Amino acid sequence: MATLESDCARRFKAVNEIIERHGKRPERLVAVLQEVQEVYRYLPEEVLQYVATGMGVSPAEVFGVATFYENFSLKPKGKYIIRCCDGTACHVHGSEALLTAIRQRLQLTAPETTTPDLMFTLETVACLGACALAPVVTINDKVYGQVTPDQMVALIDELAGGEKDGKD
Amino acid sequence: MEKIKSGEELERLATMYRQAARKVTKRVLVCAGTGCVANGSLQVYAALREAIEEGGAIVDLDWLLEKEAPDNATRLDKTGCRGFCQLGPLVLVEPDDFMYVHVRPEDAREIIQESVVNNRCVDRLTYTAPGSDKHFDREEDIPFYKKQHRQTLGNCGHMNPEDIREYIARDGYQGLAQSLTQYSPLEVIEEVLKSGLRGLGGAGFPAGRKWQAVREAPGERKYVVCNGDEGDPGAFMDRSIMEGDPHKVLEGMIIAGYAVGAAEGYIYVRAEYPLAVERLHKAIGEAEEFGLLGDNILGTDFSFKLHINKGAGAFVCGESSALVASIEGKRGMPVPRPPRLAQRGLFGCPTLLNNVETFANIPYLMRKGAQAFASLGTATSFGTKAFALTGNVKNTGLIEVPMGTTLREVIFDIGGGIKGDLRFKAVQIGGPSGACLTAEHLDLPLDFDSLKNAGAMMGSGGLVVMDEGTCMVEVARFFMDFTQRESCGKCIPCREGTSRMLEILEGIVAGKGQEEDLALLEEIAHMVHDMSLCGLGKTAANPVLSTLRYFRDEYVAHVRDKRCPAGVCASLRRIVIEAEKCKGCSRCAKVCPVEAISGEIKKPFTIAEDVCIRCGACISQCPFGAIKEVS
Ligand SMILES: Cc1cc2nc3c(=O)[nH]c(=O)nc-3n(C[C@H](O)[C@H](O)[C@H](O)COP(=O)(O)O)c2cc1C
Ligand code: FES
Repeated sequence: MATLESDCARRFKAVNEIIERHGKRPERLVAVLQEVQEVYRYLPEEVLQYVATGMGVSPAEVFGVATFYENFSLKPKGKYIIRCCDGTACHVHGSEALLTAIRQRLQLTAPETTTPDLMFTLETVACLGACALAPVVTINDKVYGQVTPDQMVALIDELAGGEKDGKD
Repeated sequence: MEKIKSGEELERLATMYRQAARKVTKRVLVCAGTGCVANGSLQVYAALREAIEEGGAIVDLDWLLEKEAPDNATRLDKTGCRGFCQLGPLVLVEPDDFMYVHVRPEDAREIIQESVVNNRCVDRLTYTAPGSDKHFDREEDIPFYKKQHRQTLGNCGHMNPEDIREYIARDGYQGLAQSLTQYSPLEVIEEVLKSGLRGLGGAGFPAGRKWQAVREAPGERKYVVCNGDEGDPGAFMDRSIMEGDPHKVLEGMIIAGYAVGAAEGYIYVRAEYPLAVERLHKAIGEAEEFGLLGDNILGTDFSFKLHINKGAGAFVCGESSALVASIEGKRGMPVPRPPRLAQRGLFGCPTLLNNVETFANIPYLMRKGAQAFASLGTATSFGTKAFALTGNVKNTGLIEVPMGTTLREVIFDIGGGIKGDLRFKAVQIGGPSGACLTAEHLDLPLDFDSLKNAGAMMGSGGLVVMDEGTCMVEVARFFMDFTQRESCGKCIPCREGTSRMLEILEGIVAGKGQEEDLALLEEIAHMVHDMSLCGLGKTAANPVLSTLRYFRDEYVAHVRDKRCPAGVCASLRRIVIEAEKCKGCSRCAKVCPVEAISGEIKKPFTIAEDVCIRCGACISQCPFGAIKEVS
């Protein structure tokens, strides 16, 4: 178990490495933020400041990019990121019911997307590109096709119960 | 691996790989496209591996290039998407080409014993058409595949996308070799012009003209960019190509680089496609190793480098100028044109931007020549087009047909008709920039111009089929919700216009619409179309305008009669008590939370509609099934 401090230091080191690897070039900003988000699972404000200084771009620019793209989050995300597709094909195949079931199971109300215990984040996406399996849900990039609300709830129960890593 | 130094050497290698592959005829191919993986194809692959190894040996290309195959040798590989994702996991057994659907790991032994060892078909695992018991042993006999012409998708599902040698054995990089050695850059452009190839990412702009413009633009540095953003919900053609045949995209881009005089290229892939990114990375590495990418390609003095950029979740980044901004690390906001990308694009340099599928057409075009390419299609649209066929049709999946194939052929012959044998109502083509077409368009040929004349557009190729149970107003609301969220906010007509249109549509489906709303909706739609900065806004109103045009009576029913003919819009549903069935027991009145139900015991009860909140509590209480929801 790493102490909090060393964990912090390790992460900052990782951020440094990312910036170095991309040669501090401003055009790599999106890629840098993507990798930084992988380290923290979100983009903490102080890290954005740090990236700005490190890359020699204004904090406003970094903040602008971080808030423009939907994949970037300035708030901590859950351990399991559930992305429920609400693209055309999935919509036609009942993704609404799925979303409602997930929200109910996780007790999430409209603007809130992450559970207080930081276990689950629910996002909707417009098309995961697996429309033939509609409705589609991914959990940490693992694709589940033709899911029913009941299956979804069971899946969440399972993840919430066992401390199993969703990334396999 | 030594770098390949010439076209002849490439040809020699191709022959060598083909000869090696011929040493074993038995091959089992497991689809490892996103759809099949989600259905468990990797477990099936593992089970097949075990089953083969029990009585035989698995050999791969490396083995076959070195030595002879033992008698009981079989090849086992994972492939890209075969298109019929709904039936996955799919397994194909060569040389008899038996195709098995919904394969489970438990089936592995039987498949190997019967089909590999005894050359017999396992009937129970073959495809049967819904509603009949006719078995189809082979892929090409299945109606879903019969009317298709899989040219661009031809390799997908038939080879291992992670092995460049397989691509080379299937004439891969021949188009590049021919371009570099037999054509000058201008002649390549001439060939693309002659082929009539039009951009397959949506607008259908002639590819050759774009290439020419970039070639002619002054500037030392030029770029080639591939648009793999594929943001249209309901579309996954580009994904399947990038995942199932990544080298084809690279080859197309390298040829383009040679033609327009670029030394560097970028592939912009949306973040939702991690497997595509992985495969492309791998393919780039292999191509460099083989001397097909990098410095002095095929021993010539042409050099070309490729990079991959991952999107970060913004639909507008599919728009050309926004995409360029995103590659430059900025917010993906469009800028007014001109200048076009061909004049000033990436890093201020002349830039060629084409779609994944457009690039994937180039190798075939250069290998076979413009004439062969143009032999398929209609008078103004040539070659083939891939579509993602989804929605309420029996067979969903990825298909490729010659330009000019009719909607009827696609929906009823390939798609097998509407699920549950309901009636066909509409097909949405072209995503949020596209339109809804109706039964009267079923004989419309799918080509750029016919679609445009019908008020629709090819778009990237999403075809979402809708049955009679679909509410078209709700569909329009759905697309407006998408566009409004994705509007980048830079220009006011799009930002405000889409918000206002969404508000109106939300009002209509909630039963709060007025008849005047329809005219207002149309007015805003035209304003947004005329005044928006980029294609997102210019096309945002298409779903609204096309549904207003073809399904006006549905809108009228919503706003005037407060009725949803398809029975979809919850707020417009009514709950009624059937007087003939009601025995007057009063149970319903007791559960009604708002006291909307009244009546005399033993006489039919009634619901006061203005009080009813449509919670449905009464429906489940009624022991006689007398209460139901109507629209
Ligand atoms: C809002 C918007 C989104 C777009 N999304 C895509 C996309 O995801 N993929 C694509 O190839 N083209 C997309 N386009 C079209 C591109 O701007 C461009 O026309 C196309 O990539 C050019 O390639 P092509 O000529 O080979 O079709 C989009 C356009 C707009 C306005
Ligand atoms: S619409 Fe859901 S995966 Fe495409």
